[in-house]
This record gives sequence, structure tokens and C-alpha cells, in this order.
Amino acid sequence: MSAAKNVGPLLYRYVLRVGDLSLVLGQRLGEWVGRAPAIEEDLGLGNVALDLIGQARLLFSYAGELEGRNRGEDEIAFLREQREYLNPTLAEQPNGDFGQTIVRQVLIDAFQLELYAGLMSSADERLAAIAAKAVKETRYHLRYSSGWLVRLGDGTAESHARVQAALEQLWPYTVELFEEDDLDREMADSGIAPRLAALRVGWSQHIEAVLAEATLQRPADRPFSWFGKRGEHSEHLGYILADMQYMQRTYPGVRW
Amino acid sequence: MDEKPHWPLYEVFIRARAGLDHKHVGSLHAVDARMAMEHARDLYTRREEGVSIWVVPSAAISASDPAEAEALFEPARDKIYRHPTFYDIPPEVKTL
Repeated sequence: MSAAKNVGPLLYRYVLRVGDLSLVLGQRLGEWVGRAPAIEEDLGLGNVALDLIGQARLLFSYAGELEGRNRGEDEIAFLREQREYLNPTLAEQPNGDFGQTIVRQVLIDAFQLELYAGLMSSADERLAAIAAKAVKETRYHLRYSSGWLVRLGDGTAESHARVQAALEQLWPYTVELFEEDDLDREMADSGIAPRLAALRVGWSQHIEAVLAEATLQRPADRPFSWFGKRGEHSEHLGYILADMQYMQRTYPGVRW
Repeated sequence: MDEKPHWPLYEVFIRARAGLDHKHVGSLHAVDARMAMEHARDLYTRREEGVSIWVVPSAAISASDPAEAEALFEPARDKIYRHPTFYDIPPEVKTL
């Protein structure tokens, strides 16, 4: 343990990185409400979105305390600039058709499941407690999304072709999830976060199993050039933030 | 407009607490039992309404015919002796 070292500012960035993944993905799923293929799916996707926003709220409250500038969860969620968002680029990719949304969801659910399971034994008690709550939600998210992926992959010729195409399109973004940078390394060395290489093993097992059942082919890994985790985003995040931040920026401090 | 086949209907039963019966709470559409279970969870247990869910294809339920209601139920009307109201309750019995 590097007790002498002050991990505060780094921990702040790491907590944002974990929280932004949930926030951005939750916002994306929220776009489906009222547009899903059935009212039951409106509710299903909406429930997952609300779980994700709930995770982001807990993490942002903690981040606000770590930052020590008296900022609350709303200010952190709504009033940062684009480059201060640290979610992996996969989370902000467009919903596309329902199949594409499901593919993105399976890829991230399996990642979050491994991440939260690892964070449950974090040296940071607050993160461990948040992870213990979130891991249960995430287990259901993966059940829901992988059920759909199997139905679509092992469904009609068209549904199979669509989700396979979505998988080819989104797969390159998964490389970033496991690319360890200085922040990931520092957090793992401090016992705060699990090693990304270890998460990849569990993630691959989930993905292999669901792809096999869905009769889908795992695409080959390719080099990537996405760096959302350090704040360099695809063109999509700006539109999400414009949607999401409009209210707080137009009516600062507005409350429900 | 109505070219898409509708998803089959499922009936949902929820057990509110351990020890209680599963009660019918409503119905939903789903393509299979697994999806019906997930929809039931998302639609009917959002506010901690239950600890257990049953889903049953609506088509699997045989229902009595309202047209037969007279034949089925009215013969019981004049058989009041079937109600356990003719017993003297011992004073020691507080609740029955």
C-alpha cells in the first residue's frame, strides 16, 4: 500500500471515469423511451437507464467530495465540458436500430459486471459499497441484454445479419475498455481498482458464451484510436451533452 | 398497419411476501417465457411489489364460460348449510 501517496486527485478522475460510463449509457438508453418496439421494452430499457443514472449519481456525489470544491452530483453530471467526460467511447455510440443498442448493451453490461465485481474488494470502502449495490443491477442488465442478443442472433436471417453487422461495427471500441493507461495502473497499484487485464478474462467468457448461443461470430481485435477515457471523444458525445445539459445551462440551479 | 404478428399474451402472478399466495396482477406481451419474466419484473415489481413471479401463457388458461354462470354457480346459492356458521364457538377461542 502506498499510504503516503496522495491518490485523491487521481481517485477523483477514476470515479468520474466509472460514473461517466453509466451516465452516458443511461442517457443513450433514455432516448428509447417512447420509441421502443413494444411498451414492455420501453419499461425494460427505461429501468436499465434508471439503474445506470442511479449509479452515476452515487459516484458523482463521491467525486464531488473527493474534488473538495463543493460541487454536487448535478453540477458534475451537467456542467462539465466535453473533454472532462471520461467514459470509454463505446458508451456514446448511437443507438442505431434496436439490435445495435442491444449489442452495445451486452458489451458494456459484461464489462460493468466484471468491473463492479472487482471494485467490491476495492481498498476504497466507498467505491466497494457502491459496487456492491451496482453489481446486482448489472447482473440483471446482462441477463436482459443477452436474452435479446440470443433472440436476435438466433432469430431470422435479417435479425441475425443486423446484429452481426452491429457487432462488427462496435467491436473495435471494446479494445479501449481494457487498454490500461497511467490512471488505471495507479488505481490498480493502490488496490483501488481491479486490473483491466483480469477483467478482460471474465468479460471474454461472458461474451463468448452469449455469442455462441446467439450463433454470432466474434470479430477479430483490431488496433483502435479511441480515447474517450482520457476525454477525447467521438463526434457523438457533443450532441448527447447538448441534449443533457441544455436545461441546467439555460436555467442554472433548476430543481425538480 | 396491423401486419406485424402480436407477441403472445402472458398472465402475471406476483407473491408479495413470503408466505402469501401468488396473486394475479395483470398481463403483458412477450415472445417467450424468459422475456415474459423480465417484462413482469420490469412492469410489476418496480416498487418492490414482490418476491416471486409466475408467468403463464394466457392460452394455457382454461376459463369458465360466462354463459354457463347460472349452471355453474347458482346451485350453490341456497345451500347455506355449507357455510360453517352453525357451530357454537367456545368462549376460549379468541380468533377463528
